[in-house]
Amino acid sequence: MADVIALTYEISPDDFTRAGEASSDVKSKLKQVGVSPAAIRKVAIAMYEGEINMVIHAEGGKITVEISPTEIKMILADKGPGIPDIDRAMQAGWSTAPDEVRSLGFGAGMGLPNMKKYTDEMNIETTLGVGTTITMIVKL
Amino acid sequence: MTMTVEELIGKELFKVVAEGDDLSRQVTGIFCCDLLSVAMGRAPSDSAWVTVMGNVNTIAVATLADVSCVILAEGAQADEMCLARARQQGVTLLATEEPVFEAALRVHELIHG
Ligand SMILES: Nc1ncnc2c1ncn2[C@@H]1O[C@H](COP(=O)(O)OP(=O)(O)OP(=O)(O)O)[C@@H](O)[C@H]1O
Ligand SMILES: [Mg+2]
Repeated sequence: MADVIALTYEISPDDFTRAGEASSDVKSKLKQVGVSPAAIRKVAIAMYEGEINMVIHAEGGKITVEISPTEIKMILADKGPGIPDIDRAMQAGWSTAPDEVRSLGFGAGMGLPNMKKYTDEMNIETTLGVGTTITMIVKL
Repeated sequence: MTMTVEELIGKELFKVVAEGDDLSRQVTGIFCCDLLSVAMGRAPSDSAWVTVMGNVNTIAVATLADVSCVILAEGAQADEMCLARARQQGVTLLATEEPVFEAALRVHELIHG
């Protein structure tokens, strides 16, 4: 049984200039271990959307990525406000993004739908006032 | 038909803001939208992405969605951080005064003759 590689990233709140760095780092690490470009692209897209959501909608958080020979698992945990209505949040076009980030190009309400679309499994656990943990799996 | 980023640059239709680290990449299509997560979800890899958003997040999306170049239309400027990130990530960044549609049409004509 080959080893599982685990990577962890602290995501700082309200820092759009750094957002995407964790996803970029995972992308280059996956390239190094020889994961296929198609799988890398899925992981990169899903993780970036989750990462940027933690910056915009929560107060940052922690991302853990586990790379095994059969799958890549991403666990994104934040201590933000939680998601009041997951079904509505998952709808394409639903967004509570504030104006200052909309002017940067965010707020289409497509982040969570992208995460669903580009992963094989996605699970959201959320408690209002406590935080949100999103687990996503891309099969190799 | 396709062409490479280098060939696209060679047509001198666009100003070169940042030259990426792989100019031999193919440009196989065009994608237009300013909303980042729409581009993230829909821009095909190896496409030229035409947008007016010249901030650092544009480069993050370009890298992760794996487009072959970004074209800033409508005279949109890349801010300093956008430029720095493009250089760091090796993303080709082009620019034009033309509107989004016309910019995309130029690339389309080059690809499809
Ligand atoms: N980690 C989170 N904590 C709290 N709320 C969240 C979180 N992630 C998403 N949401 C809520 O779900 C909504 C939809 O998220 P989604 O990523 O689909 O769109 P968005 O971030 O608003 O816009 P974009 O298209 O730029 O991603 C958000 O507007 C926000 O209200
Ligand atoms: Mg989002």
